[in-house]
Amino acid sequence: MTALLEVKNLVKHFEVSRGLVRAVDGVSFSLEKGETLGLVGESGCGKTTTGRCILQLERATSGSILFEGRELTTLDQSELRAVRRKMQVIFQDPYSSLNPRMTVGQIIAEPLAVHGIVRGSAARAARVKDLLSRVGLLPAHARRYPHEMSGGQRQRVGIARALAMEPSLIICDEPVSALDVSIQAQIINLLEDLQSEFGLTYLFIAHDLAVVRHISDRVAVMYLGKIAEMADRKTIYDNPRHPYTKALLSAVPIPDPELEMKRERIVLGGEVPSPLNPPSGCVFHPRCPIAVERCTHEIPVLRDLTPGHGAACHLAEIA
Amino acid sequence: MADALLDVRHLSTRFTTREGVVRAVDDVSWDVKEGETVALVGESGCGKSVSALSIMRLVAQPAGQIVGGQAVFKGRDLLTLDEEAMRRVRGREIAMIFQEPMTSLNPVLSIGRQLTEGLEIHLGKTPQQARGRAAELLGMVGIPDPERRLPQYPHQFSGGMRQRMMIAMALSCEPSLILADEPTTALDVTIQAQILELMKDLSRRLGVAMLMITHNLGVVARYADRVNVMYAGRIIEQGTARELYGNPRHPYTLGLLRSVPRLDEPRRSRLAPIDGQPPDLTRLPAGCAFLPRCAFRVDRCSVERPPLVPVAHTGPEPHVSACWEAERVIARQETR
Ligand SMILES: Nc1ncnc2c1ncn2[C@@H]1O[C@H](COP(=O)(O)OP(=O)(O)O)[C@@H](O)[C@H]1O
Ligand SMILES: Nc1ncnc2c1ncn2[C@@H]1O[C@H](COP(=O)(O)OP(=O)(O)O)[C@@H](O)[C@H]1O
Ligand SMILES: [Mg+2]
Ligand SMILES: [Mg+2]
Repeated sequence: MTALLEVKNLVKHFEVSRGLVRAVDGVSFSLEKGETLGLVGESGCGKTTTGRCILQLERATSGSILFEGRELTTLDQSELRAVRRKMQVIFQDPYSSLNPRMTVGQIIAEPLAVHGIVRGSAARAARVKDLLSRVGLLPAHARRYPHEMSGGQRQRVGIARALAMEPSLIICDEPVSALDVSIQAQIINLLEDLQSEFGLTYLFIAHDLAVVRHISDRVAVMYLGKIAEMADRKTIYDNPRHPYTKALLSAVPIPDPELEMKRERIVLGGEVPSPLNPPSGCVFHPRCPIAVERCTHEIPVLRDLTPGHGAACHLAEIA
Repeated sequence: MADALLDVRHLSTRFTTREGVVRAVDDVSWDVKEGETVALVGESGCGKSVSALSIMRLVAQPAGQIVGGQAVFKGRDLLTLDEEAMRRVRGREIAMIFQEPMTSLNPVLSIGRQLTEGLEIHLGKTPQQARGRAAELLGMVGIPDPERRLPQYPHQFSGGMRQRMMIAMALSCEPSLILADEPTTALDVTIQAQILELMKDLSRRLGVAMLMITHNLGVVARYADRVNVMYAGRIIEQGTARELYGNPRHPYTLGLLRSVPRLDEPRRSRLAPIDGQPPDLTRLPAGCAFLPRCAFRVDRCSVERPPLVPVAHTGPEPHVSACWEAERVIARQETR
């Protein structure tokens, strides 16, 4: 079976006046059709940049991105246009990604017209109505403006707009991070329903590890531009091997006071270093509770511990 | 039972807007005892920040008005103090920490100056004493190399370091109460863990009481002794953290707890959201504000607003809930 998306050795460096920001530094993963890959990590570790490179909103510094069997990094603008339709994105803040001067109906109808997906305004209005109902909104919402809706409703509009393009891949960049918990659950359920209905494939970027566990089939943990660990959902949550994954999991407080009283936590010291000047060797070594001398100069590669479970740590077996 | 350090009684705060009168905080009562950590939880817009701002008398005027109630702090009602006395309370006795430290740090003053200013004005320290104390405070909140940090400016600090700085400023006046409004919401989990552990440790060690405002149920579970759950400007359930999480007696609390995926439980095939959305605070219904989203509703809920009343509880501390069907809420949960 060939993957829907295959990212190989993706590198994205930004040149800034103070040097080179190594935002994404050699990331590889693949996504099968209908699958959800969760991409987690602290802010600044390169999640959004990875997504933007896949969408070709950023030109990769090097590496390869195969989507539906085609190499995207060498396509010209007109070829890209056609491919882009198949890859949509849902953002954290639906407000800033929706044109405030357009009604919800216009926002959803626009791509239908621009890409010639549905011809004729009556047919488009019907499709808008259909899309609204798929995402749990009412036909009357088509006449509203984004500012007249709640955060959760706006996220539904963002999802409807993405769906309008009939994509095969949706990159969800922190789609529920700005929403209240009761609304988060509504949107996550909606994304799952749409996935099974339309066979969608998701790259689900988030920093909430509990949400990622819920929605993902596989999970990749990023740290400072690299993948620290990657495995199927069950393996990575039940048997994390990278000290960073362990620390992240341990930092999530669990909504149960009795449990929390007994729970030992790994509290990492220090902060994420700047990607302008990443540490030598393993980028995690200055904060790592088990680092040894070797970690300060030898870069660990992401290697398989068991088939499909990779960790970039020299000590993954004994940790 | 120990006397309350801060006793908020029937507090109501409203905003007059073009859309109508917003009942942001509506007849709300809670208290904080010496050295204790009390949480105010609820979804955005339910009135958490306005509650804290009302107590500090920092509500945006003239749109916002405290229309009733008391906030008795160490025997004095803060809501009737003269402005001069209130300024002393803010500088010395109650400190506030906000989600975004940049809004309360002065960008053009060095970190050192921002710390020493308060120490000189409120505690009457000499410039030299203040400097020494400022370095000590930075060390206490885990900022490495304090002497080198003092001359720096806020923009040279990371988000986590700025929040540490805010905590240092809050502690500098040796307050007996800190109002922390979503202090770690903007931070990554590992930094959030650092800051919360620091706050817990300092509040224990220095005996500072804390009002912790958050929407994160995990944070509440780990750090709060007692919890107030707010919905649409009112408190709908109140009790110890243990009691509320183990024995929730309001459909909203139960709904919140159920809607989050949890790492300590087997993955569920489907999340259980609370349907619908919070009400418009300018058009609150006559009955229970949670009614349109409630699975336990009965006829009475649409006509009569349920008061906060004691419910059957497991521990020695009181547990109150504002729900006509409170006893049924638990019944449902047991059959889960
Ligand atoms: N256009 C850009 N120019 C310079 N640096 C950038 C740019 N975009 C992102 N970065 C930097 O790249 C790193 C990764 O950013 P990002 O991908 O947004 O992280 P995440 O989404 O994981 O929070 C950060 O250090 C960020 O500051
Ligand atoms: N300055 C203001 N003018 C008008 N309405 C306000 C103002 N500040 C807050 N509100 C309203 O008061 C309610 C409670 O707000 P707030 O206490 O900030 O909520 P939260 O629980 O998220 O902290 C919200 O509906 C909000 O829109
Ligand atoms: Mg991002
Ligand atoms: Mg608030």
